[in-house]
Order: sequence, then C-alpha cells, then structure tokens
Amino acid sequence: MAGLAGFLVLLEIAPRVGLVPERYLPPTSRIAAALADELGEPSFWVALGDTLEGWAIGLALAVAGGVGLGLLIGSVPALRAATASTIEFLRPIPSVALIPLAVLLFGTDLRSKLLLVVYASFWQVLVQVLHGVQDVDPVAMDTAHSYRLGRFARVRHVVWPTTLPYAMTGFRLAAAVALVLAITAELIIGSPGLGKEIAVAQTSGAVPAMYALVVVAGLLGVVVNLGARALERRVLAWHPSTRREVAA
Amino acid sequence: MSKTLEVRGLRKVYQGPGRSVEALRELTFSVAASELVCVVGPSGCGKTTLLRCAAGLLEPTAGEILLEGALVAGPPPDMAVVFQEYGRSLFPWMTVRANVELPLRSKGLAGDHRRRLATDALAAVGLGDVGGAYPWQLSGGMQQRVAIARAVAYEPHVLLMDEPFAAVDAQTRAELEDLVRSLWRRTGVTIVFVTHDIDEAVYLGQRVLVLSSSPTVVQEVLAVDLPGERDQLTTRSDPRFTQLRSHVYAQIQQAKRGGGQPAPPSPEGAAAPGS
Amino acid sequence: MTAARRVLVATGLPLALLGLWWLASADSQSFYLPPLRDILAAFADTWLGGRLADDVLPSVIRLLAGLAVAGVAGVGLGVLIGSSRRLRATCEPVLEFLRAIPPPVLVPIFILVAGIGTTMKVLVIVSGCLWPILLNTVEGVRARDELLEDTCRAYGIRGLARLRHLVLPSASPQIVTGMRQALAIGIILMVISEMFAASSGLGFTIIQFQRGFAIPEMWSGILLLGLLGVALSLAFRVFERRALSWYHGLRRAQRGPS
Repeated sequence: MAGLAGFLVLLEIAPRVGLVPERYLPPTSRIAAALADELGEPSFWVALGDTLEGWAIGLALAVAGGVGLGLLIGSVPALRAATASTIEFLRPIPSVALIPLAVLLFGTDLRSKLLLVVYASFWQVLVQVLHGVQDVDPVAMDTAHSYRLGRFARVRHVVWPTTLPYAMTGFRLAAAVALVLAITAELIIGSPGLGKEIAVAQTSGAVPAMYALVVVAGLLGVVVNLGARALERRVLAWHPSTRREVAA
Repeated sequence: MSKTLEVRGLRKVYQGPGRSVEALRELTFSVAASELVCVVGPSGCGKTTLLRCAAGLLEPTAGEILLEGALVAGPPPDMAVVFQEYGRSLFPWMTVRANVELPLRSKGLAGDHRRRLATDALAAVGLGDVGGAYPWQLSGGMQQRVAIARAVAYEPHVLLMDEPFAAVDAQTRAELEDLVRSLWRRTGVTIVFVTHDIDEAVYLGQRVLVLSSSPTVVQEVLAVDLPGERDQLTTRSDPRFTQLRSHVYAQIQQAKRGGGQPAPPSPEGAAAPGS
Repeated sequence: MTAARRVLVATGLPLALLGLWWLASADSQSFYLPPLRDILAAFADTWLGGRLADDVLPSVIRLLAGLAVAGVAGVGLGVLIGSSRRLRATCEPVLEFLRAIPPPVLVPIFILVAGIGTTMKVLVIVSGCLWPILLNTVEGVRARDELLEDTCRAYGIRGLARLRHLVLPSASPQIVTGMRQALAIGIILMVISEMFAASSGLGFTIIQFQRGFAIPEMWSGILLLGLLGVALSLAFRVFERRALSWYHGLRRAQRGPS
C-alpha cells in the first residue's frame, strides 16, 4: 500500500515541479478532480455500460464456444489431429487484423466489437480446454469404461472435473483479453464505450479527463482480474488441486 | 594433532509462530585433520541442522564452529558440501562438466587449471566420459557422483556430506561408499559424513558420533577399530563389524527412548564398546 | 504414422477450408467478400511490389525494437524486484494496476506526448510488452530452488556469477513465457498504433484501403497480417526450443521413468 501511495505522490509532484510538462501529465489531484467530474456525467456511465455490455456478451460467447468445441475436439483423437494445424495457424493471427473487416461489415455497431472480442477470447478458452482434456488420467478413464459409463457420463464425471481448472484459467485469461479488445474496438472503430470517450478526450485536448478515463479503464481491468480469480477460487474450492494448495 | 573442525557448545533453536523448537541443545566435538567421521542418530535428531550449521548455511543460536581455528560465520572457502537431493543440487541448465567447473570459477582459477581439475575429478569418480551430458540425462547414482566430483574438484580441506546416499538404491550405495573411501584415502581430505544408515556409518568411519534424540546432544563417540583397508564383502562379515554396529544400534534405540546421556567432551573420544 | 500421413493430416483441414473459401466466393457479388481469387491477385500486386520493404519492414523493425527495450527493461527490473521481498511487496500493487490498464488505452496518451511518429509507436509497444516480461521475471526469480541457492552459498558463488549462473537460468522458463505473451501483445499494439493515428506502416496501409473501399487489397492486408503473426509465432517457437532445450529435457526426464 505504501508503494501505491508513494507512486501517487510522485505523480502529483512531478508535473508541478516541472519534471514532466504539465501539458502531458497533469498532477494527480487534477486527474482526480476530472475523475470526479466524469462520475457525475451520465454519459460516462452509459459509456461504461456499453463497454461492459460488449465485454460480457463477447466473453459469454467465447466461453460457450471454447468449452463446447474444446470438449468435442479434445475427446475425439481424430478431430484433434485434424484440427491441430489449423488451430496453430489461426491462433497467432492478431485479432486487430479483423478491425477493417468489422468496420466494413458492422460499422460502429455492437457487433463489430463482438467480432473482435469473441475472436480473441475464444482461442484463450479453447487452448486451455484442449490442454485440460489432454490431461485426463487414463487410469480414471479406463475405470469409467470398465464400469460401462456412457459417453456423456464419462464426460461429466471424468473429463469435465479434470478440465475445470484449465477452463477456469482460460476464463480468466479470456476475461482480460475481452476487456482489452472491447476497449480497442471502441478506441479505433469508434464503437460507443470507454475507449471512444478516451479518443474523444484526447482529440479535444481534455487531458485530465483523458487520464481520468484511462484510470477507470485500469481499475476496470483490476476488477475484472480480481473477479475472475475470486470466481476461480470459489468454483475450484471443491477441486482437490486447490484444496491441496490451500492446505499446504 | 591439529583440529581441523571444532564444534563447541552448538545450539540451534528454530523460532516458529508461537512455538520454538530446540533442534540442537549442546553439541561439542572435534574432527582431526584427514579424519573420516560419521554422524548417526535417530530420525529427526537434527543431523542435517548440525551439518548446515557447520557449513555456514545456518546461523547457530549459541556456540561456535571453528574451521582450522577460524570462526565459521558463513560458508567458508575451504569447505565443500554434498547434499542428499542430488537432483536439485546440480544446475540443470549446465552440462556435467560445467557443473563441476562452476565453483572453480569463483575461486578465480584459470581456464586450463579448471578444466584439468574437472577432468581429474570426473575421472576419479568414474565419469570420465559423460562431461558433455546434462545432469537429468544421468541416473541417480551418476548424478550423485557428479556432485561428489564437483566437491572433489574444489579441493576443499573439509568435505561435509549430508546423507548423500539415502536416495540411491542399495547396490549403487555400496559403490558410492567405496568411492568415498578411496577418494578420502587418495586426497587426505577431512570428511564429516552424516547418515541414518548404521552399517554405512561403521563401514565408512574412523569414528562414529552417535547423537541423541531431540533436544540433541552427542550421546557417544565411538572409535571404529576396523582395519584401514575395507571392502563390502569381508569387512561387513567381520565379527568386529557386527559388534560395533550392534552397539551403535543399541545406542540409537536408547536415544530414541530418551535415555541417552551426553558423552564427556573428550575429543579423542574412544568409548570402548562393551560386548 | 508415416511422414506422408502426418503431412496429410496436418494440411488436410487447412487445404479443405481454403478450397471451400475459394469455391464459395468464386462467384461472389458481395462487395465486402470478394472471390478468393481476387484477394490473392491483390496480394501479389500490393505487397510483393515495393510495399513489403516500405511499409511492412519498418513496422516489424519497430516491433522488434519495442520488444528488445521491453525485454531488457523487464528482465532488469524484474530481477531487481524479484530478489527483494520488501521491494516486491511495495511495488506489487502499483505494478498490478499498471498492468491491468488495457495497453491500447495508452495510445492516445503517447500520441499526446510523442506525436504520431516512430517514437510513439515504439513507446506504445514497450508500454504494453513490458508488463508480461516484468511480472513473469519477478515470478521466476522469486521461485528459485532453495537447494541451488544453498549450493551457491556453500561454494562461494556470489554477485554477478550468481546472477548469470543461477538467477537468470532458473528464471528463464518464466521469462520466456513472458516473452511469448509480450510478442502477442506487441503485434496487436504495433497494428493499433498504426491504425489509430499514423502516417505509415502496415496497420495504417490496411486502414487506408478500408477507407478507400479497396476491398480486395484490404483483405490481402489482413491476410498478410495473419501470415506475419504466424511467422513470428513460429520463429519464437524455434527460439524457445533452443533456449529452453535443457528445460524440456528436464521435464521429460521428470515425467518419464527416472
């Protein structure tokens, strides 16, 4: 905590003293004031809501697709082998490459934001789920087979519990990436949201407001990250791996 | 006879949240130059704590340790340590040869000198041809040999070994025991060998220090009057060997029951074992 | 599985998808989704001329420069912070906050400070790539094996030698993970910094095509971007396999029968 306080103090002093031109970096107090102003503006809350909307919907779609496809591909060795090269090829394609396409197809609509968010987040989830399915203990699988558990029952009682921690990791990574892409879409395409507000503030020279919005974006990132981790802990509390970790 | 290693009144208390554990109460003994002394005791009696204090890796709560007359306040330069977990004490990103040469770099030795020492040490432990391999490519016994080679190449005055063969299979252990003795006789280095294996302690040592259970003191100092030339077959079937090991065994059982009494601090300590 | 069979499996789906794309779009009248044929033709015309050198190469150089700066700074600071518990505790909240700021958001700030030239673009890349490297380095340095630490102490290996032979190698798997994440972020930032407000570069060119409704060219740009991402990813994989060959060997040995 002391570090954070020190950092804030430094940011307050540096511009005042002239270490950094005030034009570029207003003192913390000015930024805080701008932040307070923003919080009073209804347009800010609308923008925040837009960002969260794109983030949440995109994340949900990505998780559903990633988990479903991941379980399917992971469970069928032939599928996994056939799709491996395609996945390895598509995965590193930067989602920002789709920006021009999104603009053409959907303009500044929510859908263009979703295109970017879903594309980027989907891979995070898929890759993790594939790892998880691969990690299933063959002995456990054999046991399930020998007790004549059907395919669905096997997935439910053996595959899914093993995959769950990986899926949670994928969720956490996807949540962070989704936020980045949502704001990116707003920044570049101009879809309504925090990113767009930041761009507007910059072009109109409202520097303290711009920084204030950046701070909000950062806080949002922290909250998303903490929230994802908390959810991970809650969901996996029953899971032996986290139980072991807690006891250690 | 000069005392290479002296331990006086060593005491170590571990402070934990709310409780403190007295691992070592009062240890006093000394090791002469070129001696091979083994340390045994019941499980948990603090053998490793003793060794780490002697190596300067752990600070004693009270008492002092002297290496050739100088107080040990940190790892001294003329001392080398071989740990039990060979797998974790060798650097996995370096080849075997690089591992052996690494401590020699800190000694400031020239490249040629280092290479020669490393080559000789690896040959001495029977690993002359694996210099280019990585530690994780070798078996457990070979890895421990590398750790020993590293210690030998360092040319220390005192070699501390902390249960080095506990994690190795019995056949390999026998080979390594003989290796230690042959290296010892060749180089004349002083060795303090900690082990929980009574047979090993009697087989290897000139003297055996028996520790009591926690809070630990030196329970007995035993002179091993077996011939200097030892080998696995004949020595271990020598009746004197059996006598000695039985005595040590009885001592340890007594220690476990808590009936051990500290031996009077006589450095040459030759408590004549009864029948 | 024979080599031929392996190649078949690896290329089967991609080729099938490409074929599908070609066929499905062959007679396309859609303005936004031109035939694959046209896209490939535009690809050859646009990029294989001088543009690769004019636009793509500078972009990639900026990316590599940004990564290099982020790497040196990240590892340097990471080692410092990771080695001291107090420093770690002090810096952690600040670092966690700074890393949570979505990197694209900093683009307007850097435009303010550095204009729309090369400096801005490199700064943006550095600002985004620094965090994964820094935080992963801190993790890697922190999680040192105690026994190796003791071995170094026992043999008097201190200071620079210790840094070179213990701290950095033992943290290197984590550092490389950080570098991989940094590469992905770097590519995104490289493109964004050029799309948002710039006068040259790959991202800028693609956006220009889009604004000028030069659709096949735009698609060809997207294709190029995708290929670039894949190529860099492969190059990194090769680097990783060499740099961490000892680590992979160690893990394999630990997993299999010892």
